[in-house]
This record gives sequence, structure tokens and C-alpha cells, in this order.
Amino acid sequence: MRFVDEFREPELISKTAEEIRRLAGTERHYCIMEVCGGHTHAIYRFGLKDILPENIELIHGPGCPVCVLPMGRIDDGLAIAQQPEVIFAAFGDMMRVPGTQGSPLEHKARGMDVRIVYSPSDALRLARLNPGKQVMFFAIGFETTAPSTALTMMRAKAEGIRNFSVFCNHVMVIPAIRAILESPDMRLDAFIGPGHVSTVIGCRPYEWIAQNEHKPIVVSGFEPLDLLQSIVMLLRQLRNGEAKVENQYKRVVAWEGNPAALRAMAEVFQVRPYFEWRGMGSIPQSALCVNDKYGEWDAEQRFAVPGIRVTDPKGAQCGEVLKGALKPHQCKLFGRECTPERPVGALMVSSEGSCAAYHNYEHRKAAMVTSLSAIA
Amino acid sequence: MSARAPKLAEAASIRFRDPQIEMAHGAGGKASRRLVEGLFAPLLFGNAPGPLGDAAEVEIGGTKVAITTDSFVVKPLAFPGGSIGELAINGTVNDLAVSGAKAEVLVVTFVLEAGLPTAVLETEIRAMGNAARKAGVRIVGGDTKVVEHGQADQMYITTTGIGGLLRGVTIDPRSVRTGDKVLLSGPIGDHGITILLARGELDLQADLGSDTRSVLPLVEALVKVAGQGVRWMRDPTRGGVATSLNELARDCGLGVVLFDDQVPVRDAVRGACELLGLDPLHIASEGQFLAVVAPECADAAMNALTSAPGGSEAQIIGEIREQPAGSVLVTTLYGGSRIIDMLVGDPLPRIC
Amino acid sequence: MCLAIPGKIVEISSDNKDAALVDIAGVRRKIDLTLLQDDKPLPGDWVLIHVGFAMSKISEQDALDQMHTLQSLGESEAAIQEVSGLSADDAPPGGLA
Repeated sequence: MRFVDEFREPELISKTAEEIRRLAGTERHYCIMEVCGGHTHAIYRFGLKDILPENIELIHGPGCPVCVLPMGRIDDGLAIAQQPEVIFAAFGDMMRVPGTQGSPLEHKARGMDVRIVYSPSDALRLARLNPGKQVMFFAIGFETTAPSTALTMMRAKAEGIRNFSVFCNHVMVIPAIRAILESPDMRLDAFIGPGHVSTVIGCRPYEWIAQNEHKPIVVSGFEPLDLLQSIVMLLRQLRNGEAKVENQYKRVVAWEGNPAALRAMAEVFQVRPYFEWRGMGSIPQSALCVNDKYGEWDAEQRFAVPGIRVTDPKGAQCGEVLKGALKPHQCKLFGRECTPERPVGALMVSSEGSCAAYHNYEHRKAAMVTSLSAIA
Repeated sequence: MSARAPKLAEAASIRFRDPQIEMAHGAGGKASRRLVEGLFAPLLFGNAPGPLGDAAEVEIGGTKVAITTDSFVVKPLAFPGGSIGELAINGTVNDLAVSGAKAEVLVVTFVLEAGLPTAVLETEIRAMGNAARKAGVRIVGGDTKVVEHGQADQMYITTTGIGGLLRGVTIDPRSVRTGDKVLLSGPIGDHGITILLARGELDLQADLGSDTRSVLPLVEALVKVAGQGVRWMRDPTRGGVATSLNELARDCGLGVVLFDDQVPVRDAVRGACELLGLDPLHIASEGQFLAVVAPECADAAMNALTSAPGGSEAQIIGEIREQPAGSVLVTTLYGGSRIIDMLVGDPLPRIC
Repeated sequence: MCLAIPGKIVEISSDNKDAALVDIAGVRRKIDLTLLQDDKPLPGDWVLIHVGFAMSKISEQDALDQMHTLQSLGESEAAIQEVSGLSADDAPPGGLA
């Protein structure tokens, strides 16, 4: 696959890993946070931790749009879909996320009309094909996905499709990074910046991290060579005492972002005064909602939304894990009450959730190393 | 280092605690296993005699035969490369083949939805007849029930097969040793991705078809050459290669190490998986099988497979090691690795 | 967040200039090009696709540049180390190139 395979070339990966080991040395411990859940997934999928030196610690950030949704929002979306004429459409990522009465898939098993879509435009298509029904699209994602939702709503308006609405849970990455940096337990040296969000917002929004917080940030692609090269660039900055924004993912990220995408978002959305993030509390100006111009396609205006705040189940420490303050296995419920099969929180069910990743990958590899050393 | 005798993984007395049956219980992964081990096994199978395989060996009047059964529920009924009828025949023939048996006779049951067009049923019966002839198996009986409209997805088919044991081979995961090689007969995931695309919800097109076929000829070619060197076989249907190998790892108590770059996957399957965020190792195949063979037979086994019709794409994809005991590890050429687990429920496309 | 994949534009839709058929290793899907309206792609161009929308054109030149940078990793560092091992007298006039 072009633009994929070249960036997975084993010899180049080994060479780049060697350069990282050379740059990292042995005296200093580096804490680098990858903000984006897609990067967390890539790190585990490609086994990159195996080839990084011990003194580079990768800390998983809150960039998992499924994980940061409080359970109450899932309950709200499902409450709307309880009405018989409503079709609940969402990405596959949402399907196993637990609400207080079960996940969307569990609701489907009990008779709710739940459909998995790959694109918001597929949800609009469902509305066209089912004129007697109301299609409610449960929209999630950071700024990468918001423009596509916006364009879909613009199309609904232009075509006069009235049986379509969006339950908007789009969140913003900069406020999330700000919350991390304001956290008292924060001990990060640098950031791997979200590559695909940056195709939309560009690199400029990260400048304050370098200038005010003096932390280097490199906007990175998602293939092994992208991530490794980004770490090389971060190490070089750290060794030289520099703190600047760099763009490693030049082949798709423009410094100014995508103006058409930003225009679409501005056309349809506005920033919520505040939004509740799982485990991080209420963060001002951190999420999007549908503006008045598109009010007719806003599920929160069309339907009665209970809006009940649901606290995380007792013992669940999703927030601390999300912020990187706790490692997944340090949560009291990890591996016991909370497993990928019976998840308590979204971090255990989302493919980008650090708990799921840790449970499936790290956990057993750690056991492997322990028993090998026991034999030796 | 000599291969030591593996630990016998005992069927833990898992009581099945789920309050209701979910789709996941039929997906072939962890939930399915929990249902079988936790509800069916204690109540129906008595004290589990050993690991649960694809087919059961029984002795009747002094003759040993293998028997298996399988249900086929697929939407849409017909898809590129095949249809439910073919799956129903090949699936059972294959379950027997990978248990070291040659299917001789099948019985077939139909649950039909009232309102099903006769033409549709006739197409499937013809498909079954053709598949049975091709696979060298006789259909000797069956049963039909009709349920009200809306109570079955057009048709459900169950096939039960009986076969004689192939000579010179004993399939038992407990015979697996460190150093054994893991072989795969050909590219994986064709069937699962074909079905996903054929449902039409994802609006994807590809030049891809189900790989449904009888793997018996390839199994026979392998057994002829490797005989007792063949320790274990399985056809990676629902849950894919990852699920089958996790079952093996659990049953033999050893580690299965896969070489990422050696697993054959067609471009279109890979493209669909990358696009949808799926792992080919979790996607079903209906015309492939896995085999674990003793290292001294591996070369001969590979020659036998690759020179047999339909086996040209066979590969050695991994080997058995002490660690990670009970798990499957996928390794890359540059030294990275990841544990891969059984599937939890159906593979879901993702956008994150 | 953000599973996005490179795909090659096969053809622009005849009835809708903002839609195109894209090919990803033999898998084809109709995608929306509205986000690239300021710099419209042509058949043969590669784009980054996320949830059925083209997010960005892929620059082949930047990809090539990246490969070159990676391939020469360590080489420039080694050259600097070699030169800095020389005494001041031996340093080439005008400093390091």
C-alpha cells in the first residue's frame, strides 16, 4: 500500500530506533505524551515500545474521543433513540461503550434500531432511505471528524432532509492539552502532537505549548517511521534545550491547516461554554454544539434530552488514567471488575483506550518477561 | 533446549453468568467459549474428557468415527464467491478434515422463513448438491421446518457430518511441543471481508470473493507426507486465525509466536482492514486451515501443500515457544511485538 | 482519534464535482472532496481519507523528502562527530559546510 508500506520498512525502523537510542543516552529519563488515541493504538499495534530505550517513557494522553465522554452523554443519546421511530446511527467505536443501562449493541439486542456507519454521510443516506423514521447520528471525534459532520449537516439543509439530526459530542484538542498541563501531577517533557487533527487546525494552535510552557511538540504521522522520527526530533530539541512546534507529518499537514474544513465547522457549530469530560471535570470552551442556524438538525433541540450527570462507577479511576497520572493497572478495577469483555469505562472498550491497550498487550508481555527471568 | 511436555489446560468450571444471550455469544470468540464451557459442557458433556475440538471422535460397535455439526446463518444469503448452501457443506467437511477425518455422509436441516421464494431455496439446494459432489460427500437425509415470517432470516441451515478417521494422524493439542511450526494454507480474511462488503452498509466495493472450499484435499496431502508429525489443525472461521491460535495456546499451555510479515493477506482484504480499522487476524476464512507440525516435517509439509492444487499460497507463519504461555504473540522484523487476543464479539469497524 | 488512510483518486463523479471514487489497495468507495475545494485533486492524485471525506492531498515530494531524511539519519551526525574530532588547526576554512 502506497504511503503506508514505505513507512513500515523494517530496516529503516531499526535504523531510526538506533538513532533514538544514541540520542536518548542513559543519564536522563524522558516523559513524552502522545495526545492522540490513534497514536496510542499505533504504538501498541506496531510494538514500538519494544524498540525504544528504557529511559523513554510514553504517556498516553486523553485524545480518545470515546473515552472522554461521560456516561451520562451515552445515556442521553440512547434515551433519544428509545423512541420507536428513531434510528440510532454511530461509528463502530461507540457500539460497546457502556451506558448505565448497557451499550448501544446491548440496546440493539433488546430491539432498538441501532446501525453502524462508517461515515456521517452514510447516516444521512439512512435518513433518505427511511423517510418514515428519524435518524439520529451520535457524532463523536475531535477536530478531525467535526468538519465531516458539519458538511453532512450542510447537505441535509441544502437537500431539505428533515428526518436527520446530530447529537453532537465533538470535542477540542487544545483545551484537553491545556487541562493536562495545568494538572498538578503533570511531569511531561514533550508532546507528540495529533497528526490528523492538525490536518484541520494546522500547527499554529500549538505554539503556546512551546512558547509559554516551554515544552517541545512535534506533529506526527501514524506509521512506525512517523512516530519514531517524531521522537528523534523531540529528543534533539530536548538535548538542545529548545522548545518549538515542528511538523513531522508534512506530507499531509499544512502549517495553516485546512481552511475549507475550518469554514465548514464555523458554519454549523459553535463552542459550548463548558463541557464535562470524563474524569477531568468541566472544561470551558472545550466542545462543540450545533448553532442556531442549524438548530433544526440538532438532536438536543429536536428531542428531550434527560441530561442527567452520571458519575463514574465506584472505584473507577478513568480520569486519572486519562490524564496519564495513573497507569491502567493501578486503577483498582483493572482486570477484575473491568475487563475488555465487561468494561466499566470506555478506556477499556475503545480500541484507543489505554486500559484496553494495556490489558491486551502490556499486561501479558510483562508476565512473559517475569516468567522468563524466573527461569533464567 | 528440549521441548518439555506441555501443561494440560483444564476446562475451568466457568459458570455462565450472563443474564441474556447476546450476538457476541455466537461470534466465535471469548463470549462463545464462555457459553460452551460454562453452560453446555458441564450440563451436556459431563466431565470434560479434554479440550473441545471441531469434531468429536466416537466409537460405535468397535469402529471409530468422527462426528460434527454446524449451523449456518449468513446475511446476505448469496455473495461473491458463494452462498449459504456452499458454506453449509464445506464448513462441515472442513471441521471433519481438520479433526483428521474424511467426511462421508451429511444430514441437513433447514429452518425456513415463510414467504421465502422457492427460487431462492432451489438455488441453495443446487449449490449444496454441487458442493457435496465436489467435496465427495453424500447427503443422506435431513429435516425441514418452516417458521413465521420475521422469525428467521430467510433460511438457517444446519449440517451434521460423519467421517472415517484419516490414517496415520492423531489430532491433539496436548501433543504440541516447543519448536513446532505453524502453517497456514493460504490468504486469510477473504470470506469475512466479502460478507462485510456484501451487506452494503459500508458502501465499499472490491474485487473479492468468499474463499469457501473443501480443504480436505490439502489436509490429505499434508497428512500423507507428515503423518504423526501433524499435531493439531483448525479452520479459522469466525474469530479468525487469532481466535483459533488462542484456543490452541490455551489448550496446550504454550506460546504461539506469529511472524507478522509471513501471514498471507490479499491486498483488497488488507485495504479494507486498514480502512475500517480491523485486524485481518480476526477475520473469518472459509477455505483455509492452520496446522501445527513437528519441525522435522515442516519442509516436506510445505512442499506437499504448495504443490497441491489450491495450496500454492501456503506459508509457515509462526512457531510454538514456551512464552508467552497460553497467549499468541505477533512479532515484526524490526523487533516489535504485540499480544493478540481472541475476538470479543463481532469485529467492528472503527474511525478512531 | 482519527483513523485516516491514503487512497488514490480513480475518477471524479460526473454528476457531482465534489465526489470521487477512490481506490485503497483494490477497495473502492465514493468519497466527498468538499474539504479540498480550495485545491481540487485530479484522478491519479493521492488523498488522505477519514470517514468518507478527503482531508488533505498527499504530497509525494514531502513523502520522498521524509524517506531521504530517514535514510541519511545518523550519517550527518557521524560526519559532524568526525570533523569535531579534528583540532582547531585542522578545521577546514569557513567552518563546517
